[in-house]
Amino acid sequence: METTAAAATIFFGVKKSYKTKTARDAVPLHTKPSPNMAIKCLVLGAGQEVGKSCVVVSIGGKRIMFDCGLHMGHNDHRKYPDFSRISKSGDFDSALTCVVITHFHLDHIGALVYFTEVCGYNGPIYMTGWFKFAIAANEFFQVAIFPPYSAVQLSLPILRPYPTKALAPLMLEDSRKLMEEEQFSNDQIKNCMKKVTAVDLKQTVQVDDELQIRAYYAGHVLGAAMFYAKVGDSAIVYTGDYNMTPDRHLGAAQIDPLELDLLITDISDGSVTFHAVLQNDSFMDFTAVLNNGSFMDFAYKELCMLMDDYWERMNLKVPIYFSADEDPVSCQLQDPKGQTDGPVSEVLNRFLFLDAFELVGSWVPSGDNVDFSDFDRSFINASGPCVLFASPGMISGGFSLEVFKQWAPSEKNLIALPGYCVAGTVGHQLKSDKSTRVHVGKETQVDVRCQIHHLSFSPHTDEKGIMDLIKFLSPKHVMLVHGELPKMVKLKEKIESDLGIKCCYPANNSTVEIASTQSVKINATDSFVQKCLRPNFELSNNSDSSSQQCNAALLRRTEGSRVAEGILVMDKTKRAKAVDRDELLPLLGADEHLIGFAYCCPVSLSSSDSAQPRKSPTELSNSTPLEEPQITLTMAH
Amino acid sequence: MKHICLSKGGGFNFPPCHILEIGGFRILVDCPLDLSALAIFCPFQTDFYRTPNCESSDSKTKWHSFSCERDRKRRRIEEPVEADDLIPAEPWYKAVANLHLWDLSSIDVVLITSFTGMLGLPFLTNNVRFSAKIYATEATAQLGKLMMEDLVSMHMEFRQYYGPADSGLPQWMKWEALESLHLDVRNIVMGNDGAQLGGWQPLYSAADVNECMRKVQTLKYAEEACYNGALVIKAFSSGLDIGTCNWTISSSKSRIAYLSSSIFYSLHAMSFDYHSLRGNDLVLFSDFSSMMDTDSSGGSCASQSSMTIDSMNLSDENTNEATINALGNTNESSDVMDKLAFICSCAVDSVGNGGSVLIPFGRVGIMLQLLEQMFASLESSGLEVPVFIVSSVAEEMLDFTNVVPEWLCKERQEKLYLGEALFGHAKQIKAKKLHLFPAIHSADLVKMWREPCIVFTPHWSLRLGPVVHLLRRWCRDPNSLLVMEHGTGAELALLPFSPMAMKVLRCSFLSGIMMQELQPLLDFLQPNVILFPKDLPAAHLSSIGSSFSLHPYSENEIMNVPNTRNDHEIKLDKKLASQLLPRMIGEGTIAIARLRGKLELNHGEHILRSCRESLDSSQSRMQLHWGSLDPNLLEKALQKRGIDGSWSANAGANDGIHVFRIANPSSALIEIHAMYTIISSADETLSSLLVEAVSSVLEGI
Repeated sequence: METTAAAATIFFGVKKSYKTKTARDAVPLHTKPSPNMAIKCLVLGAGQEVGKSCVVVSIGGKRIMFDCGLHMGHNDHRKYPDFSRISKSGDFDSALTCVVITHFHLDHIGALVYFTEVCGYNGPIYMTGWFKFAIAANEFFQVAIFPPYSAVQLSLPILRPYPTKALAPLMLEDSRKLMEEEQFSNDQIKNCMKKVTAVDLKQTVQVDDELQIRAYYAGHVLGAAMFYAKVGDSAIVYTGDYNMTPDRHLGAAQIDPLELDLLITDISDGSVTFHAVLQNDSFMDFTAVLNNGSFMDFAYKELCMLMDDYWERMNLKVPIYFSADEDPVSCQLQDPKGQTDGPVSEVLNRFLFLDAFELVGSWVPSGDNVDFSDFDRSFINASGPCVLFASPGMISGGFSLEVFKQWAPSEKNLIALPGYCVAGTVGHQLKSDKSTRVHVGKETQVDVRCQIHHLSFSPHTDEKGIMDLIKFLSPKHVMLVHGELPKMVKLKEKIESDLGIKCCYPANNSTVEIASTQSVKINATDSFVQKCLRPNFELSNNSDSSSQQCNAALLRRTEGSRVAEGILVMDKTKRAKAVDRDELLPLLGADEHLIGFAYCCPVSLSSSDSAQPRKSPTELSNSTPLEEPQITLTMAH
Repeated sequence: MKHICLSKGGGFNFPPCHILEIGGFRILVDCPLDLSALAIFCPFQTDFYRTPNCESSDSKTKWHSFSCERDRKRRRIEEPVEADDLIPAEPWYKAVANLHLWDLSSIDVVLITSFTGMLGLPFLTNNVRFSAKIYATEATAQLGKLMMEDLVSMHMEFRQYYGPADSGLPQWMKWEALESLHLDVRNIVMGNDGAQLGGWQPLYSAADVNECMRKVQTLKYAEEACYNGALVIKAFSSGLDIGTCNWTISSSKSRIAYLSSSIFYSLHAMSFDYHSLRGNDLVLFSDFSSMMDTDSSGGSCASQSSMTIDSMNLSDENTNEATINALGNTNESSDVMDKLAFICSCAVDSVGNGGSVLIPFGRVGIMLQLLEQMFASLESSGLEVPVFIVSSVAEEMLDFTNVVPEWLCKERQEKLYLGEALFGHAKQIKAKKLHLFPAIHSADLVKMWREPCIVFTPHWSLRLGPVVHLLRRWCRDPNSLLVMEHGTGAELALLPFSPMAMKVLRCSFLSGIMMQELQPLLDFLQPNVILFPKDLPAAHLSSIGSSFSLHPYSENEIMNVPNTRNDHEIKLDKKLASQLLPRMIGEGTIAIARLRGKLELNHGEHILRSCRESLDSSQSRMQLHWGSLDPNLLEKALQKRGIDGSWSANAGANDGIHVFRIANPSSALIEIHAMYTIISSADETLSSLLVEAVSSVLEGI
């Protein structure tokens, strides 16, 4: 029935458009574009630079702050993101829906206490609460970090409840001590942490009726997560720092295939390939290691581990020290059992360095030659080589600066700078220019004759990792933050040319608007949906009427795409409804009016038997014959 | 949607079992075992432990000769059940009988609400035809696995005692044997009408458990799972125990919340997350706990020297709660603490008198809490007695409960950040106050054993595992104490050990939503339809039912639940919406437009997107016309197109047939009937013009 009717219309080549009767204005479907539809990103920090990550994203009428970082290179107001841009009146509670922290590094969390306790934000804050390691899945990890565990014990997940919520107060406390003038107190840190809601990976958190957030494993450091946020049809992912290649401690970032409008990705150290450095043992020759207090994380332990390896192999007797007075972590490393004064060290003891203890515990007794001990100030000028871990790593002050002043002038010494050094710190000066004089503070200068070694094995993602992630997620737009400008420019070109995805890298305090996916909610009847999901059958183009094949031969199954056809009924008072063609008329309460064709052609009737009229299978029975001597073949719907 | 309740279960240890059919998918909720039925089996030969003056026939001979059957039968009905009425054989296990009447291959999804709800899963996964996806929360899966492994290892003891089982039906399942059973026992075996008989199966093996666990898909707290792209499934805490959950199932057509037994405020597990259940169309209320309470309080009476803690002291207070805010503010938690404190004080008394305390536990969370409380009580009373846990999975279980912060209550989560263990037992193990042993015959246990002591063991049925031996040891000691859960058929359970000189403390803990909380809860959830058990006390139903429709269900009755929504909710891509060419019809209130696009199903949402072929493929499209054709309008439309003609007068105008004869540009004929129009022409261009004219006059699309 359907095929013959369709053939008839093709035959007559009817083309029609209904432009005459369009009724756009009357249709409730075409809602005016509301201002909420676009995704707006206000970059408050880490725009074309590294430091103080902070992006405020407006999505579907919700406003989310991703990270709230501190810039360690500045000591003035530039240290913090310019929060006044979020709300002029300072009423942050109504201006923001929530704050999401990806991980505990200070350039991602450092300004949080200032924001909540000084600026007065009281809304919800989300960070990861705990991770469970699927250790058995990562055998290397198992061997390297947990030698005391046997395979049997590993059948249970091992809870590492450290992540961001547990580590954040320690980091904040650390940063508070390093500040020249105290911006907030320890109590304020505790107060701030009370406002934090802990989330688990993959847990879908319904922040309010519309906003949904979800954390995905990001690798990088303990507790680091990428956050997915969805409002209505618009969805974004903010990565924070992540790594796409598993290292000795943490697995690679894992995320589901998601349909995204925007991916905001960190690209710090985007040009460094992490693994190459690990295989390079050359850095073992140094006599002084200034470790990274603020960036203390697995990089630190990685270093310990590699050194132990080396010490044992080379049978070295050089002592290794930790600057205990400044760094609570080192304290704990040196004596895991004692010195648990106050909750900070206790938490540290239990959670953060549980791994480290296992690490140290397993190799200190075996390698008797390694002397991990507390560093006394008197050792600074003692003779003989030694290795010292001191903090902070960027030599922005504190104990590491003190040691630096003493040791830098001698060419025998070596300073290894692990991790990234923010502009404005001594570490950055050492890294960037090869000058022999370094400004320390406003007046003091230090002659630098020692060797400088930059250990770029901070577990940030590399360029390939970034590209892999973008390719995997295939968002409609990409925004690059937390990286240096030249890298961003290079990466943008690569993303746009290789992947064909629009990319931007806004500067600090600028706003970017990105179109979001929009859709209209309609109802659909059962038969509409069912017809849509069934494969369509379509007429083949070479349907030759002369070849007398059965109807099935005229049909060709369309491969792949299932094209849905139906009719959308828009009523002013109700939600628009998609119906199947057959359902329309009952809905409207009307009867169908058929248009039939009677094709007339002259037929010579020389013999009564020779020409039998060919009749279409669907002849209209009551069509009136015409007066002319013609045989009528009718085709109808 | 279709719903059938296969079993309403029996409290915490035997959760209800349902089958739902949603959008063409068949979903089974829970697959429990009725372990209370184990009570009909005798864990040892009772004769040896009978007092000499007690007269009884040898049970062995009784089971093999059916000669004086009739007399015995009569006797059975009249007399109370005795120890030798129990079946001295390796037990079988009673699953949900009606489940096996279903074609297992037709089940698509299995949802597990609690670890007790998965004990029967290996029976399903053993079946080659079973291919459903099983979802359970991580904590439930882990605890469930431990429970099943424990069950298997405890059952081994039974098997060793009675020797290897014959293949085929065991002796006691033979019809003659069933006939001679005591009525009470037979009721448990067969049910009233014998239908329950089909539920009995021999226990699975450890390999079956492993195989089953491989097929379970575990979910994190509030993680979304998507089945087949069409159903989005999510688990939210129910507060009953660690890892227990309620489920929401949403498709494009319906959103359903499965509400199992839930507790608003718990001192161990994550509290009932009712906020997340809000806004579903349908709530399947499956909390039978309130009904179970009323059942059990009337029936059973405890043995001579027992004390009972009444469970009803809750219900008088806080009856007038109108608002949802009051939910969870009840003194549920303090009540639990009071009960625990009472148990502890009884235990301390017993220990002080030189007796031992035996606690067969069922609920993991309560057991852990009791353990904490017990140490506090012991400490304050200054008694130094060892506390043992004897179970093949004790160590793993205790380790595991300390690594599931996401399923624990807020207070315990806070402990995480203070650097403490989630539960106190870790500390006690370190301090060597709490000792764990895999079995009663462990060499270490013999070394450590000291009485009086406090022993936690599985299994609450008093038929499996170490509890049997310990109970036999202590049942004659009036100073010893057995702590049991209420409603586990205590009379029958204690039968093999009678006469009991030992004290028995029976306590019940809240195991579901209290009736007075039901109304505010349902008001808060705002469903359109509620499915609720028919035998829910009527007093609570009268008050409900204003804003939603109620559908009572009973066991084994298939119910067709009317759809709350007839239509699917789908999304129309903005790009496609802008391509639509709507036209007004009627009086301008309705507009219609042709819709052509690709329907995608993604994560339970249908999205209609524009397809690549543009709209000019209208060729292949059939036009649809309706209404009647107005001859005058047609004439005008024809004139507009430069077509001349005249109405033929003679064609039966009375029948409503109009014939329009066209002379220019070439000859043609339009015949208008009431419901159809015929165009006759030899000229293709002309006829296409004519069609255009006709359709412009008709309403159509």
